[in-house]
This record gives sequence, C-alpha cells and structure tokens, in this order.
Amino acid sequence: MHDLVSALGGKTFEGFAKIREIGPLGMISLRCDLRQKPLAAALKKLGLSVPAARRIVQKGGRSVGWMSPDELLVILPYADVGSTLETLRNALAVIHFLAEDVSDARAVFRIEGEKAEQILSKLCPVDLAGLEPGELRRTRAAQVAVAFWVEDGGYTLVSFRSVASYVMGLLTHSATKGSEI
Amino acid sequence: MSTRLAKGGRLIDRSTRAEFMFNGKRLSGHQGDTLASALLANDQMLVGRSFKYHRPRGIMAAGPEEPNALVNLGHGDRVEPNQRSTTTELFPGLVAQSQNHWPSLEFDVGVVNSYVSRFLPAGFYYKTFMQPRAAWKHLFEPVIRQSAGLGPAPKSPDPDRYEYVYGFCDVLIIGGGIAGLQAALTAGQAGKRVMLIEQTPHWGGRAVVDGDVVEDEPAEDWVKSAIDALATMKNVTLRTRCMGAGVYDHGYVLANERVADHSPGDGRPKQRLWRIRAGHIITATGAIERPLSFAGNDIPGVMLAGALRDYLVNYGVSLGDRTVIVTNNDDAYLTAIALAEAGLAVPAILDARTEVTGDLPERARALDIRIEAGRAVARVKGGKRVTGVEVCLQAGEGAVLEEIVCDAVAMSGGWSPVVHLWSHCGGKLTWSDHISAFIPDTTRPPITHDGSPMVTVVGAAAGIYRTDDIITSSGVVENTSPVPPVWVMPQGAPVALRSKMWLDYQNDVKVSDVQLAAREGYESVEHTKRYTTLGMATDQGKLSNINGLGVLSDALGEDIPRVGTTTFRPPYTPVTIGALTGEARGELFQPLRRTPMHDWHEANGVYWEPVGHWRRPYCYPRNGETHAQAVHREVLNTREKLGLLDASTLGKIIVKGPDAGRFLDMMYTNMMSTLPVGKCRYGLMCDEQGFLSDDGVVARIDEETWLCHTTSGGADRIHGWMEDWLQCEWWDWKVYTANVTEQYAQVAVVGPNARKLLEKLGGMDVSKEALPFMQWADGTLGGFAVRVYRISFSGELSYEIAIRASHGAAFWEMLHKQGAEFGAMAYGTECLHIMRAEKGFIMIGDETDGTVTPLDLGLSWAISKKKTDFLGKRGMERSHLADPDRWKLVGLETLDGSVIPDGAYAVVDGVNANGQRNVEGRVTSTYYSPTLKRGIAMGLIKHGPDRMGEVVTFNKVDGGTIAAKIVDAVFFDKAGEKGNA
Repeated sequence: MHDLVSALGGKTFEGFAKIREIGPLGMISLRCDLRQKPLAAALKKLGLSVPAARRIVQKGGRSVGWMSPDELLVILPYADVGSTLETLRNALAVIHFLAEDVSDARAVFRIEGEKAEQILSKLCPVDLAGLEPGELRRTRAAQVAVAFWVEDGGYTLVSFRSVASYVMGLLTHSATKGSEI
Repeated sequence: MSTRLAKGGRLIDRSTRAEFMFNGKRLSGHQGDTLASALLANDQMLVGRSFKYHRPRGIMAAGPEEPNALVNLGHGDRVEPNQRSTTTELFPGLVAQSQNHWPSLEFDVGVVNSYVSRFLPAGFYYKTFMQPRAAWKHLFEPVIRQSAGLGPAPKSPDPDRYEYVYGFCDVLIIGGGIAGLQAALTAGQAGKRVMLIEQTPHWGGRAVVDGDVVEDEPAEDWVKSAIDALATMKNVTLRTRCMGAGVYDHGYVLANERVADHSPGDGRPKQRLWRIRAGHIITATGAIERPLSFAGNDIPGVMLAGALRDYLVNYGVSLGDRTVIVTNNDDAYLTAIALAEAGLAVPAILDARTEVTGDLPERARALDIRIEAGRAVARVKGGKRVTGVEVCLQAGEGAVLEEIVCDAVAMSGGWSPVVHLWSHCGGKLTWSDHISAFIPDTTRPPITHDGSPMVTVVGAAAGIYRTDDIITSSGVVENTSPVPPVWVMPQGAPVALRSKMWLDYQNDVKVSDVQLAAREGYESVEHTKRYTTLGMATDQGKLSNINGLGVLSDALGEDIPRVGTTTFRPPYTPVTIGALTGEARGELFQPLRRTPMHDWHEANGVYWEPVGHWRRPYCYPRNGETHAQAVHREVLNTREKLGLLDASTLGKIIVKGPDAGRFLDMMYTNMMSTLPVGKCRYGLMCDEQGFLSDDGVVARIDEETWLCHTTSGGADRIHGWMEDWLQCEWWDWKVYTANVTEQYAQVAVVGPNARKLLEKLGGMDVSKEALPFMQWADGTLGGFAVRVYRISFSGELSYEIAIRASHGAAFWEMLHKQGAEFGAMAYGTECLHIMRAEKGFIMIGDETDGTVTPLDLGLSWAISKKKTDFLGKRGMERSHLADPDRWKLVGLETLDGSVIPDGAYAVVDGVNANGQRNVEGRVTSTYYSPTLKRGIAMGLIKHGPDRMGEVVTFNKVDGGTIAAKIVDAVFFDKAGEKGNA
C-alpha cells in the first residue's frame, strides 16, 4: 500500500488559534430518499442513525451528516471506506441510491482554541452564536464552499481538495496574532 | 493665532508627548489629540488648498464632515491620500502632507485660478471642452487630470492586512451618543442581542462637550455609567472606531472598524469591515452643523461654532484670542459662553435674527457678551488668516456698519440631522420649517421583507436635540429651539459678495455658481449637483447640501421640499478599497485550484495556463527553451516516444439510477443508454438552443451507473446543468449524480511506448486484446489501484488512468521514473491542443463559442437519429440552425506553410451594409504542427465541406492576407492506426 497524501500533507499554523490540516479522512457521499427504511437499517449497522436536517450524528469515530434533503455524508476512518461502501451498497440495493467514495476529493481542517469561533466568523456568513451542538453547517469560506461542525472543543471544516491551499491561506490570515476581534 | 491653552482638554493626556511631521515640519501634540487639534495647537491654521481655485483653507469642522483639512497620511508604503485630519488620531511618528498645492502650501501657483475665477464658472468644463472632440483626449483631459485631484494615489502595494467579520444581532445601533447609548440600554435590558457602534474612539457624542445634563447627572458621568452598565451585559457588543457605512436591504449593514489606523504596523489588521445582519437598525447618528454663506467664509480662522467648542473642550485648543460668533440660532451661544468661561474674548455675537431671546442668549448677556441682533457678516477680512469682520445688516445688501478686529470667526447656520443611513435603503425625509432642516419622516421608514419598518431613528438624527426628550423618547422636533432659514448673508448680497460665499468648500462651489445653474435652467437638484459639482467631493456635501438647496430653491422661487434632496448613497464616509477587499488580495485574491501533481509541475519549470480556477501546465520549458520550442519538443516526444499529461482537471460526474440511461440520452445528442458495461463513448452536449455546450467520453460502469467526463472548465457547470434538469423538470426520474472530479487524479499516458510502460509497471493486462480502444478496466499498476480508460485525444496509443487523488503525486512520479527508459516526458495543454488539432478533434471553446452546433462541426455522426428527443434537438431544427449556408468546419492548409493568425477571417470582395469587409468564414484553431512541419488550422467556412481543394483568403493583423486551401480537418494518421495500436 502506498502512502496516502492529504492535500497539504498535514500543514499547521499556530496563530491566536491553532489550524491543522488533517486527513485524509474517509468520506462517502450517499444519496437516496432519506425516509427509506433500508437507509436507517444500513446506518444502524454502522452504529449511526439518519440525521435530521442540518444535523450531524457522531458515534464511535464515525459520523453521518445531513447535506441536503436527499444527501448524506458518512465520515469514517479512511481504511474503512471500502468495506463500508460495500455494506451500504448491499443494504441499499433494494432502493434507488448512490454511494460514492469522496474521501480524496476533500480537505479537512481542525480549528482549535478559545477564539476558534472568531476565525470562522471572519470567513463564513454564519451566526455562530446560533450554531447548535450537533449542527452541520454548509456555507462558504470567502469564495469557496465549505461545511463545518463542532467537535472535541473545536471546529472541523471540510472543503474541496483542489482549494485546500486557498482555505489554509484564509484560515492563516484570519488566525494571525493581532487579528483577535 | 491658534494655540493650546494652559488648561482643559478632556480627551488629551498632557503628560504624554506625540511628535509628528506636517509638511516636513516637526510638531508636537498629546496622546488623545486628533491630527487637526494637534495642528491647531501648533498654530497651523493653513492646512490645504481648495480644489479649483487653490484658496488657502483651514480646519472647518471637528468630525467626519471636514471638507478642507485633508492630508496625505503616512509615508513609504503606508501613504494614504484624502485622510481627514479631524478624524485622524494622533500617534507618535505620524507623517502628514497637505494636498493640492504646488510648489508649497504657503506659496501656491494654482492660486492664480482664484483671480480668473470669473472665467471658471459652474459647468466650465462642460462648456469649454466640448469641441474639438479629439482635443479632450489628447490635450484637455491630461492637463486637467494633472492639475486636479486632491491626494495622489499610492503606487506601492499596501503592506497592511484587512479582514471581514460577519456580525449578527437583533438590534444594531449606529452612533454612541446619548441617544444611541439610551437605545442600547433599553434593548440590552430587554434581553436583545445588541450591537452598538460609534465612529469615534469616544462615547457620548456632543452632550459631553456641551456640558449637558442627563437624568440630573452631568453628561460625562451619565455616559460613563451607561457604558459600565452595557459592558456587563453579555448580550451587548460595543465597538468604537466603527463607522456605520451603509444600510442595505433586509437589515444588512456595512460598518468599517478602524482597528489600527492609529497604530500602524503594530501587527493588527488596519481595518475590519463588519458585514452585519441586524433584526432592526437604530440610527443615532446625530446632526452636523451648517456653515453660513457670507463672503470669505472659507478663510482660515472661520470655523463651525460647534467644532470650535470641540477643540476648546476636548483638546484645550483655541482657534484665536478674539472670536466673533455669527449665527442664526441659540446653539452658537454655547460657544460664546465656553470661550468666555475659558477667559477668551468674544467681541460680538452677530445674530441674523431680529429678536434674540432664550436661555442661552440670556446666559451670554449675563457674561457681558455683546449681542447684535439682525446683523450679519458682510465680509471676512484676511488672506491666509482671519484678521477681522465687516458687520452689516442681515436684511440689507452688505453696507458696512462697523469693522471688528478678530482672529477667529465661529459660525452656525443651524444643525442638519444626519439622515444618510436612514435614507440609504428608502427612508423618506420631511422638511422641518421649525429647524430649517430635513428630518426623517417616521411615517415612511425603510421597510424590510414583510413591510415592517427596518430602521428607527433617535436623538439628534431625528431632529430631537434636548437630552430629556431623548431619554424619555417622547420629544418632538418642536421642542428644539427654532432655527430660521438664512441661506445667504446678508440676504441682499450683491454678486461681488455672493461669488466669495462658499457652499461646497472641497469642490469650490459658491452661492453664485448655484444661482448661475438655476438661471441656466437647471431646475432639478440632481442636475444642479452634477453641473456645479456641489456635494460631489469626498465629503459628499455633508456641509454644503442643505445650504446649496436653500440657495437653489430661492433662485428657482420654489420651496425646499419641492426641490428635494440629492440621493444619499453609501458609504457614509469613504471606506478604503483595502477594507472592501478584505482578505482577497495576493494569494487569496481568488481561489486557485491545484491538482495533486501541482507541486511537481512547479518543481519542474512549468509555465502555467489558467483554465477556470485551475492552473494547468501549458508547457515545461527546459534549458532556456522558448515556450514554442518546449511545446514542439513535447509534441514530437509524445508522437515518437511517450508523453505524460496531468488530466486531473477533467470533469468526472457519476450518474446512477434506474433512469440514468434515459437521462443521459436526453443530456447527450447521441445514444448513451445502449453503451455496454465496460465500454466508452464520446458524446456531445447541447443547450436547449441546439448549440454545442460540452463534450467528453462517457464510460458505462455498471448496469445503473455511467461516468461522464466533461471539459476541465465545464465540470461544475455541467453538474449543475444535470441537477437543474433532474430537480426542476424530471424530478420523478430515478437518477442521482455526484461530481467526483476531485476524487481522482488522472494521467494520460500517451505515445507509441505507452503500453510498454504500463506493462513494465505490471498488475493488469493492458494488451490490445484485453483492453481495446474505447474500453476501460479496473486493476492495479505498480501497486496502485487504478481505473484505466483506453481513450485518446491525441491520436496516439493512449491510456487515461484514474487514481485516488491521495496517490496522484506518487503515481505520477512513478510513471516518470519507470518511464524514463521509454522517453517519458510531461507535456502541457498546448501540446495537447496541437495534437488534437492535428487529428481534427474539436475543442470546446475553440471550435465552439456558444453559437456553433454539432452539425456545423461535421459531427452529425454523434447526433442520434433514433432518439425522439434530446436537449437541443428541436433547437437544431429551427430554420436558421438548419440553414445550409451556415459556416461549416474544415481543415485549412496555408499554401506557403505559414501559420494563419488566431482569430483571422476569411475575406471576400465588397463590404456589408455597415461598411465592413465581407467575410465567408473564420479560423477556430491554428497552430504550427511540429509533426507536419507546417501551419495547420481548422475553421468554419461557408459551404466549406463542399469546397475541398478551393483556396480561401484570410486577413492578417498587419493588413496583408494569407491564402489557404480547404482540406479535410484530419491532418495526421487519417486511418487512425496509431490510436488503435
């Protein structure tokens, strides 16, 4: 097995909050009618359940986030993607669905520290004070699409892989010491 | 002369010393000073020259309304033009230069304009420079641009950092005076999420300066306890140095926070632009004092009465020893009283009103200040400084009754509520005869999505000036002491005086100019504004608009409300482009998309080409090669040995579902539902009009799944196009799509040695038999899991290999290493373009431009005749698109072997109805073919395919022509043997 290289190779920045590019993280894009029973059953096998609109359900190193009325994002260890895809495809075979590995199409960042929220408030048109626990927020960071949620006392932010360097630049700029709001 | 007094100055810290430079002179002030107060403390009364006549100008105001005292602030990379010294906080080391003078502030050549001012009337430029037209571009404009303009634009990159912040609140209060603070207390105590912003570094507004009493407390104490109370509320955010710039739809507000303007280079962002979504907006923006229009009202030493009070109380600075007050209202008496209490002389208060009563005049009388009712200033004496005033009757024509020696004049024409933010998003105004000012019409506020009021106005911004009225929010404008209209002083002033009465100081517009505009038929205030430039300077008429309106309406014989105001537009005060840009500069100007192999390209001397937001290698020059030489090398190497292309940017869209085949048959012009699993097919996509929109190879993955390749620039657009049809039109079709473009790195392994390399890597059978042309297979190569497509855009033996992006760079490097013995060499997009042109393959964006159909390109073989429908089918059947006279794609071979210029037209004799040369076609792709050693091209030519062998003529940029023979578009390996190898 060859080494997996994330978009930025684990770049970090220490400003008034800490920025880390992590990953690669396993991600499966799953599309189907979210009310279908086989979906709930399939997610149950993974220890998860169908998230409500704009929520993310996390359990035992796996999570599943609501992306749109007919799309979920399953997040899991990279090594488990192949087997999980198979599990999902088998379980959902009776319904109309799409399950694709998108792990490599993404870049994942951690934003940690007491003032981590300020960094996102500079880039995303989101009322972070209103962000509820377990909420997955799809939005933009400056000019590109991102999604983020609260996890382990910080934020996990996902962007497309090709713009990882741009996103890292945004986060670095916003977290530069002296820029505290 | 202006000076620092021995005592006073509530905002300065006399124990500190801040040295600064003004026009090369070393001066000194205190922490807490503004640049303006420090200049006055150093007797620097002359601070600039006016825009048009280069008149000497002094400081007029103490806030953002200042029209004159603009400076070039900073030095080196940090120089900023047109900074208002009245709002610039002093810091040690500040460097400022006055503007609009040459060679020096004290001696300015441009002042000659002042002597010829009768030849520079309103509309001068319009009238003078209309003819001859060419002279404008070559003579007038360059000269005017050279002599006009205030500060010069900085030339070096801004070293500072800027950023946005997205703010959210229930109630946003703009303005931190008594009214704003009270509103914040009320909303904060009610538990609302409150944001209170104030443009200055200090809370409390005018009340503190004027020594008002608020709820039986001195204003200063009341403000302090209000701020203390607000600071304890978790639901309240307080920001000073934060200017409410604009109010927009749905409670959206822009505010600019000057974070480090006063501490440049301290590592903080210079400014921060707040983009605030507010549930409700309260404007507590106060009021601005108006000048009076008397002759010489622009001479240094003439100042707004309230500003003079600000300098005295806030900074302990006096403008002069003897100050004449001229007014039409009671408020200016506060200045007289403050001066007298500071031990300075007030020789007289000239009050335009014939009757002067009220508390403040009584207090002034009690201080033995001489009050002259019904009087006016006929003329201010002095050049670069005030030396005295000539007194006349306000009711008369300016006959001088008396001269008073003085070194300062404090004027007040009443106060105009700051209605800008109320007006930005549609709030209407009403004229108050009581205070002679426009005030917000609270019955017609700006409204939001549900028709409810979006903005409330409080305090002086609403014309409510008494603190009791503000605290109880029960006041009416009529409680404010009345201000009669005085637009010209004296009212019967002859033209000699009127042409020395300045309305707009910054743009040098005088009473006589506005009257001239009215005489010349400019009845609309908007037209008058543009004709005279009244209110068009950087201060946007904060001092001049109402006085200008007063003069205009008098000249037109109309009421002011009928004449109306000009439009209030954001920003309230100028916001630097840096702040509006935020983080988006340099590396962050635009997102740049990188493939997994980006760093390799960079390390190998790539010359980039932007493709959408991607950067793709155009070529890889080696050892001093030109780009053309590098491209030719890459073409020949690929044709003869082995080329490697980073094709990761190609769009990859998964389409899956029971109805996926049916769906793709609609999206593509040809049949995709019949494609067998494991096979590939080239397809075309049209828009509904029938014009070609995208192309690419489609692979059937399994019974229900297809993978659609799109052009590099088209991935997101085509994915959106598919979803649009699925979500809006065919919502009941069972199809899902996923854009997996970035999941895979993709490498084209191209050339006669391609198979040798893959066989060396091993892991899967890539033989002609196991993997023929236009098929794909999953497997491994060199230990990497891959999907290999046997497709070719070059005509060569070619494999496109998709691999997970996290392995992309490693796989790419392995191909180079293992391929070295086969002559492996990376090639870029230009090589790709040439090779496809040699094969006559079309390129979306070259052969197509949104007006070209597949039939135009001879692609009828890719248009299904069997399908009852597909997107573009009906469009293509329209008469114009089916017209046999449409230009059609052919190959072009120049007779002399040269290269036809890009964009050339095939010309024929005669001219069309527009006098343009008649044409019969155009070039769409043109290259030098290193393979064929000659110029080749493709083009759209009228009846082209029927004219094989004919010679057509193309124009050249140099005026010459070039002859080319019409040939088949496939120049190389017509039988396709190489690709099928």
